[in-house]
Amino acid sequence: MSAAMKLDPRDRGGPAQPLLSVEGLKKYFPVRGGLLNRQVATVQAVDDVSFSVRKGETLGIVGESGCGKSTTARLLMRLMDPDSGSIVFDGDPVGERAGITVNEMRRQMQMVFQDSYTSLNPRMTMAESIAYAPRMHGTPRKEAFDRAETLLAQVGLNPRQYARRYPHELSGGQRQRVNIARALALEPRLVILDEAVAALDKSGEAQVLNLLGDLKSRFNLTYLFISHDLNVVEYMSDRVMVMYLGRVVETGPVEQIYRKPRHPYTRALFASKPTLDPDRRTTEMPLTGDPPNPINPPSGCRFRTRCAFAQAVCAEKPPPLAAPLDGETAEGAPHLVACHLPEAQAAMGVSAHA
Amino acid sequence: MPDIGLAPAPTDTPVLQVDDLTVRFKRRNTDVAAVNGATFALRRGETLTILGESGSGKSVSLKALMGLLPGYAQIQGKIWLDGKEILGLPPAELAKLRGGAISMIFQEPMAALDPVYTIGEQIAETIVQHEGVDHRTAMLRARGLLERVKIPSPERRLKNYPHEMSGGMRQRAMIALALACSPSVLLADEPTTALDVTVQIQVLLLLRQLQQELGMAIVFVTHDVGVAAEISDRIAVMYAGRFVESGTTREIMRDPRHPYTQGLLASTVHGAMRGAKLETIPGTPPNLASLPPGCAFAPRCRYAIDACRAGDVPVVTGPTGAMVRCVRAAETVAA
Repeated sequence: MSAAMKLDPRDRGGPAQPLLSVEGLKKYFPVRGGLLNRQVATVQAVDDVSFSVRKGETLGIVGESGCGKSTTARLLMRLMDPDSGSIVFDGDPVGERAGITVNEMRRQMQMVFQDSYTSLNPRMTMAESIAYAPRMHGTPRKEAFDRAETLLAQVGLNPRQYARRYPHELSGGQRQRVNIARALALEPRLVILDEAVAALDKSGEAQVLNLLGDLKSRFNLTYLFISHDLNVVEYMSDRVMVMYLGRVVETGPVEQIYRKPRHPYTRALFASKPTLDPDRRTTEMPLTGDPPNPINPPSGCRFRTRCAFAQAVCAEKPPPLAAPLDGETAEGAPHLVACHLPEAQAAMGVSAHA
Repeated sequence: MPDIGLAPAPTDTPVLQVDDLTVRFKRRNTDVAAVNGATFALRRGETLTILGESGSGKSVSLKALMGLLPGYAQIQGKIWLDGKEILGLPPAELAKLRGGAISMIFQEPMAALDPVYTIGEQIAETIVQHEGVDHRTAMLRARGLLERVKIPSPERRLKNYPHEMSGGMRQRAMIALALACSPSVLLADEPTTALDVTVQIQVLLLLRQLQQELGMAIVFVTHDVGVAAEISDRIAVMYAGRFVESGTTREIMRDPRHPYTQGLLASTVHGAMRGAKLETIPGTPPNLASLPPGCAFAPRCRYAIDACRAGDVPVVTGPTGAMVRCVRAAETVAA
């Protein structure tokens, strides 16, 4: 993989330089109300999130609704502007004078959304949709359409059969293949997959996951794979980042996170996963209640209101994302946990049901 | 012995029996065969899961039981509830059963609850309608129900409107509403699909506990194999409007015999598959407006032979009552 990586003429910093690094990303949404439509509250959707994506890897982002995983994706694509924070793409700051423009970044970074139908223009044929972005970026019409047909074939749809069809004439799985083809049309290096298989049936999901694996090695892609589905994230990712209420609570290599989760939230999340084994059913609730409202989240550690280990210090200040407190470290990519209490991090209580 | 949701000793007479249920949607140019002969029986305290992908007919089957399909749906077959035939009952009689002896919970509580009435009023109204008690008594019962589904501070929550509650709380409120008149059968249409995983397990555990306490039978519809394994006593796998296989949860999960069930389980992603290619079922489900003759799964089945496409598929029933609808049932077990 890394050998092929060097062939990419767009590579700037070599394999050691992260393809994407994000520092202190923050996005608050105002909640307006009252007579004068004044701001009455703030949703802290993404609060001080930092991470990096290495060349050629798949970073999985997992978390429940409202944890900020999709907002993070939209901020990366600049579909909305962050309140603060920096995004560096292969060494170049995005949107700064010294770096690259947002448009230049989007040539190299593309996104696939959950809803395959609303992602496509209903009045455009599949080939038109795929050829649209390259044409906007100056590719001649004929060339763009030829390439669209090649891409259709590469995502497993016969161009003769599908190039002239409209979105409503395809199944959900087929439409999602078209969305993937369209994302690849500009030959991106990083693809953000935001719940890309969540709306598909099991058999369609498996087909699309296999396709994503094939395309990754074929085009030397790097993936940011966002999902609420713990099993799918484990299958796809090299590293995993767990989010809760707008913050990162734990990050590390997939084996570390799944076999030895440290954060009490991560452990509860995994323990909530249905077991697939009728003889080892879940008997105790790992957590009670719903995640709190991201409007006015708890002070300090945001998980403390549902955490069995919480102490006074947890309410005082937010825990930094750092190496586990009992000093145990993993080889390779670091395993980081945002938790004040070493005893809360003791890795236990998760039955490793496959 | 931990509570694993085993039902109290079931009595022998089924509370719900469905015999050869078919549902067709006939309109001017189309004739969609949504359910093509579903047969099952359910005893007190038992949970049957209908497992299938979208368009397999699982939700339509539930709506047919509940009498919720539009007028142009042609429903045939027999449905007995507590020994009484309910298909074809006049609307007024059916309305007495709905929310009474048989009730239903849905995927979207926001759509199932009335946004302009408080939770307390909605539950009380159901109780007044069905049992003719006064409003005050009904409200007291409503409070008890909210406690039963473990909604914290039930007194205060009675006065909440649906939009004032979180997703998990709304789902609990809808369960309380469905249980208001102690139904003998609860129909559950993907009730945990829209929930987060930490909330989903809470609702599944709650349903298991309520069933132990109240003894109702549950027909649970889901596409999620993991959820089915957590909640069911028996699983029936539906494909193109037919049950292709049914058996105890253990039989289906450990030893699936129909090629479709095998494919469905094999394509269910879990961590142990990391790095390996996922097994997939090729192709897509058939068009219900023009089903192929013979086995509807044959076009996607790697074991298909000419006999599969020829005509009616024999049903093989094992000694434990497990059923598989496959021409090659005897061979695929070995495969």
